Amino acid sequence: MDGLLFWHRFQFGFTATFHYLFPQLTMGLALMIVIFKGLALARGEERYNEAARFWIRIFGLTFGVGVVTGIPLEFQFGTNWARFSRDAGGVIGQTLAMEGMFAFFLESTFLGLLVWGERRLGPKLHAATALALFLGSWLSGFFIVATNAFMQHPVGHRVLADGSLQLVDFWAFLMNPWGLVQYAHTMTGAVVTGSFVVAAVGAFWTLQGVHAAQARLYLKAGVIAGFLGACAAAFPTGDLNGKQVARHQPVALAAMEGRWKSGRYAEVNLIGQPDVARQRLDNPVRLPGVLSFIAYGSFSSDVKGLEDFPKDTWPTELELLYYGFHIMVGLGTLFIGLMGLGALLLRGGRLERARPLLWCIMLAFPFPFIANSAGWMVAELGRQPWTVFGLLRTSAGTSALVHPGQTVFTILGFAGLYLVLGLLYLFLVSREVAHGPKGH
Amino acid sequence: MEMLWFWMVSVVVALYAVMDGFDFGAGALHLFVARTDTERREVLGAIGPLWDGNEVWLLAGGGLLFLGFPRVLAAGFSGFYLAMFMVIWTLILRGISIEFRSHVSDRLWRAFWDGGFALSSTLMPVLLGAALGNVVRGVPLDGSGFFNIPLFTHWGVGNPVGILDWYTLLTGLLVLATLTAHGALFLAWKTTGAVHRRCLAAARPLWAVVAVIALLATFATARVNPDVYARLPHAPLAWAGMALFLAGLGTVAAGLWKGRPLLAFLGSGAFIVGILAATAACVWPVMLRSTIDPAFSLSALNANAGSYGMRSGLVWWALAFPVVIAYFAMLFRIHRGKVRAAGDGEGY
Repeated sequence: MDGLLFWHRFQFGFTATFHYLFPQLTMGLALMIVIFKGLALARGEERYNEAARFWIRIFGLTFGVGVVTGIPLEFQFGTNWARFSRDAGGVIGQTLAMEGMFAFFLESTFLGLLVWGERRLGPKLHAATALALFLGSWLSGFFIVATNAFMQHPVGHRVLADGSLQLVDFWAFLMNPWGLVQYAHTMTGAVVTGSFVVAAVGAFWTLQGVHAAQARLYLKAGVIAGFLGACAAAFPTGDLNGKQVARHQPVALAAMEGRWKSGRYAEVNLIGQPDVARQRLDNPVRLPGVLSFIAYGSFSSDVKGLEDFPKDTWPTELELLYYGFHIMVGLGTLFIGLMGLGALLLRGGRLERARPLLWCIMLAFPFPFIANSAGWMVAELGRQPWTVFGLLRTSAGTSALVHPGQTVFTILGFAGLYLVLGLLYLFLVSREVAHGPKGH
Repeated sequence: MEMLWFWMVSVVVALYAVMDGFDFGAGALHLFVARTDTERREVLGAIGPLWDGNEVWLLAGGGLLFLGFPRVLAAGFSGFYLAMFMVIWTLILRGISIEFRSHVSDRLWRAFWDGGFALSSTLMPVLLGAALGNVVRGVPLDGSGFFNIPLFTHWGVGNPVGILDWYTLLTGLLVLATLTAHGALFLAWKTTGAVHRRCLAAARPLWAVVAVIALLATFATARVNPDVYARLPHAPLAWAGMALFLAGLGTVAAGLWKGRPLLAFLGSGAFIVGILAATAACVWPVMLRSTIDPAFSLSALNANAGSYGMRSGLVWWALAFPVVIAYFAMLFRIHRGKVRAAGDGEGY
């Protein structure tokens, strides 16, 4: 890969990964807040409002960082991927522009009311505000995934003589079947992040022996939502995603599993390190037939290896793609186990006394962030070497006149800025957790 | 259809300038017009419920440009690479300065974010104005449809051009002065007491400066891009725009004279919309002018995304736009009247 392409990809990948740490939490928390506000209305108990108030404070902070780190991504389509924007902008510009008009205005209007307006609005309107924010943030996610879905599986377009893409079917583009499956999977991933964070704070306060009533509520809500979310992330949404990749991007599936040779009874590798130069997997621990079953529903199905595809269509970062996939699936499986165990112990309040499990739940909160990031790496690296799968090559999408002297400068700028931003965010969130549910 | 889209993009850009403009003006001024913590919270309280939504107009405009004229967005954003990231970083600083300030009541913490808010709010109008200047002056677009220029070259307007030269600095100063004056009127309208008095006192000299720089920029534009005025006789909308900005200026003067800040604020909004509308009408259909050869210029006619895409976009945009206006109407209604500084935990 030439230097220019590398730096453009590095910058977009870095800023996108950092950004997505925040929206996955806000989208997950938005659902939790709606649940708390709904319970407060239905049962009329103040403890649900208190819980909502605490999480709205965390939501507000997270949302703020999500907004400012999202702006660079919108800009970078043009600054770093000018030829891609020129050729695909007429299509993907639709969903990006719709996100602004339909989602961002909704969110920005109701955020202030949600954070500061409880007293002025009264219980019902305040709950409605939480619902509006939930809708806005999930709608925003939809438009972004719809944009990405076009890049994964282009539909509703035609290719002009100069190679650029033009929209010909708006509804086919917006309701891309790939996107609907990907959206369901992405959102369940966000629910996992949000619920794990809620449960972790509950576990932390329980272990500390403070704010017992609120801690119990967070634990219960987080564990139940976390268990349901983790299950849905694996089945049906993760499963459907896998089948969709097998059907439309078989070369990506082969690379995700480090599979060079084709054949029946294809195995899943639990562990193993791909050696790309020698085209083999070191230290593999195999489950034969499982990949065939996941991809095509039968243990004996033939799963193609990379050997069956032209080498210039192989994903370019096979190692990262392979690890991204295995980290996502491995963590996803652990999440089901951890929250399943927690859910079993909820009955009779045994969870609050199970200190080892509380420790695990408390320490588990970073892992959904890792799993979500890994999942996006699978989607984005699996798509390589294309920006629009099968149509536009990544190497032909960069801003050709922007040289590495400029990109390295901006990458260093982002590195410094995001380090400070991340530290400030952690500092402020830790203060909120330390102050407890009543605030300060 | 191309013309409609050209005007949709222009309208959204103008809305951004008017709406986020008063946020920037408030930020650029707040160190001077609000001295105590309570006064600064008054300023933040005035823009607090609005600034986030105002900023979305920038993304909405960028989205429309991307959808309707992808070639223009691709060429402009990559061509102004470094300046674009200055815009991005400035917006990040502005956003977190407002959001993080209220979370800790320490004096130094708040002073730090007040400084960040002022710095970013001062820098952003200069960058926006320089961008406008670059669009009017033109950029070295060649047959590839792309260009990439440094931040500055010889500070003159001839090739090789840079993002900053005497002309784009002048337009940058024009926008800084205008938005600061605009923000002063907004704050004068929304606040009481000392902040209100200081803003009114600042508004008069600020508007005098705006009038002088606007006059200078008008003459400078004739030198830098004579095409602009060559189109004037054939562009009725440009006359309408000029009438609007003169009327706006008059309204500002009348509002200040009679001590009616809301009237003056509406006048300054009209002034901003008028200038941008006149400029847009005079450059139509060119969106990015080439300094090498007019044939290489990117225009609404040769750089659009095709009629189907623009038609689809128009349909949903026409549905969304009234809803967005309703959001803003609701926000202004909920937060009508003068602000008071929020107590701890009740606002910014």
